[in-house]
Amino acid sequence: MNAALTQNSPVHDTVVEEADARAVVEGRSSSQPEPPARGRFETGESVFRTILWASAIGMVVLLGGILLTLIIQSFPAIKEFGLAFVYSTNWDPVAGEFGALPFLAGTLITSFLAIIISTPFSLAISLFLGEYFREGFLSSFMRSMIELLAGIPSVIYGFWALFYLVPLIRSFQMQFNIPPYGVGILAASAILAVMIIPYSASIAREVISMVPWGLKEAAYSLGSTRFEVVKKIVIPYARSGIFAGMILALGRALGETMAVTMVIGNRNRLTFDIFSPANTMASVIANEFTEATGDLYLASLIEIGLLLFVVSMITNIIGKEVIKRLSRN
Amino acid sequence: MTETTETLDITRSKATSRASRRGTEKSNIAGRKAKDLGFRVLISIFSVIAILPLFFIIFYIVKEGISAISWSFLVNLPKPVGESGGGILNAIVGTMMLIGIASVLSLPLGILVGVFLAEFTRNKLSYWVRLSMEVLQGIPSIVIGIVAYLWVVQPMGGFSAFSGGIALGIMMLPVVVRTTEETLRLVPGTLKEASLALGAPYYLTVLRVVLPAGLSGIITGIIVSVARIAGETAPLLFTAFGSPYFNTNIMKPVSSLPLIIFNYAISPYDDWHKLAWGASFVLIVFVLAMNLVAKGVARRWRVKF
Amino acid sequence: MTNRFRGSSFISAVLAASFIFTGLAHGAKDELLGAGATFPYPLYSKMFDVYHKKTGVEINYQSIGSGGGIRQLQNQTVDFGATDAFMNEEELKKSSEILHIPTCLGAVVITYNIPGSPQLRMSSDVVADIYLGKINTWNDPRIQKLNPDTKLPKMKIVLVHRSDGSGTTFIFTDYLSKVSENWKSKVGRGKSVKWPTGLGAKGNEGVSGLVKQLPGSIGYCELAYTIQNKMPRAVLKNAAGNFVEPTLESTSNAAAGKIPPDTRVSLTNTDAEQGYPIAGFTWIILYREQNYGSRNKEHAQTLVDMLWWMTHEGQKFTKPLDYAPLPQPAVDAAESILKDVTYNGKTVLK
Repeated sequence: MNAALTQNSPVHDTVVEEADARAVVEGRSSSQPEPPARGRFETGESVFRTILWASAIGMVVLLGGILLTLIIQSFPAIKEFGLAFVYSTNWDPVAGEFGALPFLAGTLITSFLAIIISTPFSLAISLFLGEYFREGFLSSFMRSMIELLAGIPSVIYGFWALFYLVPLIRSFQMQFNIPPYGVGILAASAILAVMIIPYSASIAREVISMVPWGLKEAAYSLGSTRFEVVKKIVIPYARSGIFAGMILALGRALGETMAVTMVIGNRNRLTFDIFSPANTMASVIANEFTEATGDLYLASLIEIGLLLFVVSMITNIIGKEVIKRLSRN
Repeated sequence: MTETTETLDITRSKATSRASRRGTEKSNIAGRKAKDLGFRVLISIFSVIAILPLFFIIFYIVKEGISAISWSFLVNLPKPVGESGGGILNAIVGTMMLIGIASVLSLPLGILVGVFLAEFTRNKLSYWVRLSMEVLQGIPSIVIGIVAYLWVVQPMGGFSAFSGGIALGIMMLPVVVRTTEETLRLVPGTLKEASLALGAPYYLTVLRVVLPAGLSGIITGIIVSVARIAGETAPLLFTAFGSPYFNTNIMKPVSSLPLIIFNYAISPYDDWHKLAWGASFVLIVFVLAMNLVAKGVARRWRVKF
Repeated sequence: MTNRFRGSSFISAVLAASFIFTGLAHGAKDELLGAGATFPYPLYSKMFDVYHKKTGVEINYQSIGSGGGIRQLQNQTVDFGATDAFMNEEELKKSSEILHIPTCLGAVVITYNIPGSPQLRMSSDVVADIYLGKINTWNDPRIQKLNPDTKLPKMKIVLVHRSDGSGTTFIFTDYLSKVSENWKSKVGRGKSVKWPTGLGAKGNEGVSGLVKQLPGSIGYCELAYTIQNKMPRAVLKNAAGNFVEPTLESTSNAAAGKIPPDTRVSLTNTDAEQGYPIAGFTWIILYREQNYGSRNKEHAQTLVDMLWWMTHEGQKFTKPLDYAPLPQPAVDAAESILKDVTYNGKTVLK
């Protein structure tokens, strides 16, 4: 295979195309000098190319392997439950019946709620950094704070939420006579919201700072205030970028495990009450994977992993597609 | 473009209609200015609220963590339940081992794939590689844990640092590949051409000219990816598994900082909560230091062209 | 030029080799890996710490829940599992012969978090109805009737149960199934069941941690956890009609009956006069034939010696940690089971 590749597309040519400097190398390739070194270099050359191609192929194989492993290992559950797996609410390890709807719903509800909570804040930050304070101390301070926020490990978010956020929510619930669980969907969404702000904000900021000056100046010259410029020019212009940021943040929220596991309450029931405990796809795997007795139980958990994989893959691809289209424009 | 021009028209027409509706021009301007100021204040307030949790988290970790930290905390092993004292040496060693294994496994592959993507931009394989990278980056870490369990733990008949390292290595890959590719793309073509013109073969050009020129970027990428995996917990739950002993054998289970934070945080023991705060402090200092170093490397050793 | 390059690849090869060698060199050291029940974890961590100091054998025990203990033993990823729910016939049929060694007795207690932490009296039907969600406030007349002198708060009851597969859950639901027909038909017994209501928490640590944090909550967990965390425990009415406080003594009393040779027996709701009704053995499980995977004879020897120590000398650590020691009949049974452990068909125990 390697020999064929070497013959068909000489590396030099690729480089030339890349560098777009045809003349230089064309001259070179027609009059190959240095005969003594040639043999040695050619071996090196082909070895290097083989290694490069092999590792690139390895990358694709790795992903394919992951996907294949998940499909094969979840096959017993797919065969047993079929499509019912995604709409059945019954998760009963004693009877050996498994339906993933409570976890699908838990994941979607916590993630979307997190997006809803975080959007005003991430939008504010992206306007703060992309429009109002583009430079200077305040801006660089804010930027490094956001970077820090993105760098904190998820388990630490969970730990902090368990000891400070959950009691806060609990005292709120006690005042309004709601069962004072503290843990539950709201706690999970709130901590998720904090965690995803940096992601949606950074993409939105980039797009907002790319709004052409000409447009804004035109609006100013017509007597608009800055607020009106933001509302009528900046946000409409950056709309799809803001949207893409939200989608990518959603992708991250879907797969987030530790922080959610620690504060979601781990109840395997379908619920739409944001104060009630629930379980997400990631948290049920974290809780039950090492102890799933019985092959069907394990296969069901792996199928949840597969579903989670597919859902976040689709979300990510959509988000990246939107961004690609943006950068093309 | 046209769309925005339309928006502008609308802006103007709305503004005029509003002006005529509201009466005098003067009060209208005052109202608009007030609105403008109000919005600016609102943006600032929301921005500040968004980063408040960061201060709370850091404040509590420093407050609770610093009292737990001492020399003996760093160099001792944990004590049995109910006995106070004990340290987190096992977790520190475990984290270092996991990072080491993950790096050894993923750096060569990641850098090679990065070179591939930077050099072969327009072929079919690079399209697929790029797509796999994007997908790989989006895979939830817990799913990678499942895969590492099925690939390594089950066939090898035991939990091990090695299996944890594989899981973390897979997570590092996309970051390493992307930063390598991005950096190498920034290396000007003239540099490559000069090398080729001098008669250096292509592979030596890449190894001796292109890679060294992009070294600072690649190192930054490596450090960022290490910081990313240092705090990963989910994939370790069923791979590295945890161990209360000082263990340097890569085929045996090891503990790690995020793993003990999780285990101790959900326990009822106050002693363990204290250990968890201390471990959080150590972990956060490590992660933040890594990020700072990455920034420093990027700034100081950046090759300017 | 190329030489230097070769040099660096040589160095990395040496590095990789040394990495592997350190691995092998350490492999010779005695080390056992176990996983499973969280119920006896405080006891095991003490026992293994003492045993490590005494013999140098490192025993890494991870409390991932009884279900996990069984699963990981079946997957042969651990040397021994630990469970508080004995494996049923169906589970046992799936793999080569697995032996149960009892290590101590434990009691599952009902703990709660209400203002003043009074000691409450409860009957089996009240406990069942609380967990079925039929009684959902603390000042419910049925609880009040059993505790005439206590002023019960007007609070919602928040149920806490285990989120992981757990032997503690097994013992507790085994008890509920014995005392309540309703529970038996609706939920049944198991290491993880479909809870009608309530919050899940991971491990005994998680349940007691959550109950401690949550006002108005009620949960079930191992006696030792509640003593160490100074949490209140409900006094339960047993099968003989007596109200019994969960103590080490009342736990031992529950095991007064006959013990079968394989020690797989349920100790809930026994008719012992002063026995606490939710008690049970906790077991360490291992393969009878120890030559599997890549295990050598010394490894099997280490494991059996350790188990012998746990069931004999190690028993002295039970009481200080609030576990009930094994009664003599159980120790005898454990001895004869340990003599059954083989390596290549030959008895391991010397």
